[in-house]
Amino acid sequence: MSTPANRSSRGSTVVMAVYLIFLLLPIYWLVNMSLKTNFEINSGVTLWPQALTFEHYIKIFTDSSWYSGYVNSLTYVVLNTVISITLALPAAYAFSRYRFVGEKHLFFWLLSNRMAPPAVFALPFFNLYSAIGLFDTPWAVALAHCLFNVPLAVWILEGFMSGVPREIDETAAIDGYSFPRFFVRIFMPLIASGIGVAAFFCFMFSWVELLLARTLTATNAKPIAVTMTRTVSAAGMDWGLLAAAGVLTIIPGALVIWFVRNYIAKGFALGRV
Amino acid sequence: MTLELDRVSRTVSGVPYIDDISLKLERGSLNVLLGATLAGKTSLMRLMAGLDAPTSGRVLVDGRDVTGQPVKKRSVAMVYQQFINYPSLSVYENIASPLRVQRLPKAEIAARVSEAARLLKLEPYLERTPLALSGGQQQRTAIARALVKRADLVLLDEPLANLDYKLREELREELPRIFASTGAVFVYATTEPTEALLLGGSTACLMEGRLTQFGPTAQVYRRPGDLATARVFSDPPLNALRANKSGHTVLLDGGAVLPASGVLADAPDGAYTIGVRAHHLEVEDVASAERRSDTGAGGGRLIRLAATVAVTEVTGSESFLHMDMGEQRLTALVPGVRRLEPGAAVEVLIDPDHILLFGADGRRAGRALDAAA
Repeated sequence: MSTPANRSSRGSTVVMAVYLIFLLLPIYWLVNMSLKTNFEINSGVTLWPQALTFEHYIKIFTDSSWYSGYVNSLTYVVLNTVISITLALPAAYAFSRYRFVGEKHLFFWLLSNRMAPPAVFALPFFNLYSAIGLFDTPWAVALAHCLFNVPLAVWILEGFMSGVPREIDETAAIDGYSFPRFFVRIFMPLIASGIGVAAFFCFMFSWVELLLARTLTATNAKPIAVTMTRTVSAAGMDWGLLAAAGVLTIIPGALVIWFVRNYIAKGFALGRV
Repeated sequence: MTLELDRVSRTVSGVPYIDDISLKLERGSLNVLLGATLAGKTSLMRLMAGLDAPTSGRVLVDGRDVTGQPVKKRSVAMVYQQFINYPSLSVYENIASPLRVQRLPKAEIAARVSEAARLLKLEPYLERTPLALSGGQQQRTAIARALVKRADLVLLDEPLANLDYKLREELREELPRIFASTGAVFVYATTEPTEALLLGGSTACLMEGRLTQFGPTAQVYRRPGDLATARVFSDPPLNALRANKSGHTVLLDGGAVLPASGVLADAPDGAYTIGVRAHHLEVEDVASAERRSDTGAGGGRLIRLAATVAVTEVTGSESFLHMDMGEQRLTALVPGVRRLEPGAAVEVLIDPDHILLFGADGRRAGRALDAAA
């Protein structure tokens, strides 16, 4: 049967399929490359690996200069996410529940922090952290990223918190809850999705940020993205290895997105949906 | 306990929310706060609970000043108009939550929760979360939580306003009974005069943040102290006619002239407001009124006013007749279905004994007669 409705739905299927292919092609190509030998990559276009090889992945997982890049990156990203959320929760609660002088300006100033290019902060951070011995540690990058992520987390969490009726806070006070107990037992479960979304955004921004991460590390805390940009050897580019590293870099982000996929739209609207 | 408000006021950024209210609520009493929206009912409750601090004045519990005491140190339970529960906890845990905070033994918690659940018919839903319940069940959960706590002061802020009508009637009957046994000071805020009358107890009438009158509900209703109280405690709205008395006649604003009978007879000359509740007005269309005066029926005691029908509303077994009398609007609530065409000429009959007469200052005149009545 070929009714008009059928035809139009088939039309939109085609459009969607083309669009998806367009989006996924670079990722497919990356995976494709990571499974080829360097000889095959350099010798022409093949749509799938003719000689399937896992040597690039094996090298990454066995060579410490490679896998330590992942460990370093994950360390500062997780550190940063934990610090950002821990600081942002009470700050967002204050913005959401209390009225104080300059509150609106302070709130806006928080977000305007994100408007300055990271390069502006690279120099002062480098100098400061060198002076106090934080240079080339995961803490250096984790703390530097807080500059962007704490304000963002405050904004997202404030939106979610303002969606919780104030009467719930009051009812808890009437019931006799102490504030910390109320906050952890009653309030945080109510904004769990907000915390998830805020954590996701912190994770994501910290994971993809390159400039500060590169400036503030040398060898001990070198993140994976930096390792990847420094692999031009005398023998030329190791394409396959780079592609494998790229694939492995995508995976943590994709995993996190999977967990918060239902809340991301609300998170982009800063909880104000 | 007794709760006493001593000249309490609260002003928020220049706007007076509560204006100099003094009130004493006795142990085990049922008190109704009656007022329109924005009259200050919720603000007053928040002061009683300790959620807000008064700008001036004191709050006393058993004579002890608790004005600055935070709410969690007080023995208070409160139910909001919106259904407020902890969405992440089950109904059982919601009800048990104040007891868990008090660290009561498990058996005691279980006993109290199941008793409250039985009284409020929540037993089948204890394992669900509040958001999986209907509005009425959610509000009953909130009420159960207020009940298990056995607080000395129970505040219910329009608890039934968002419920459907059958459930309201049921709960309105049960609530005072359920809480009466606890010996708590029970405060119930409502916008509806009918609800106050059904609840009984004492009523405090609020208007624009001021307390206009506090006393036994029936007494406040029958003998309001001033025009504001009568207006608040009247549904449908009070018919208020401006009038001028001189000698044996009373001149209404619309131009009609009445004999000064009943409560009007004893009042000194001057400007008054004549208040009559809607159900005290009788309406006759002019044709039948003439017929009746032919036969000589209908006492000359009744005040008769000519008016024209503006709108008729029929609500099942009762009819609201809205009538114009010159500039003034009269509303009558009459039994049965009465459909009158807009523009029809009618006579409005008022029994002088039903008149509430208010002086120029808003105070009710002829209060001396109350004792005799």
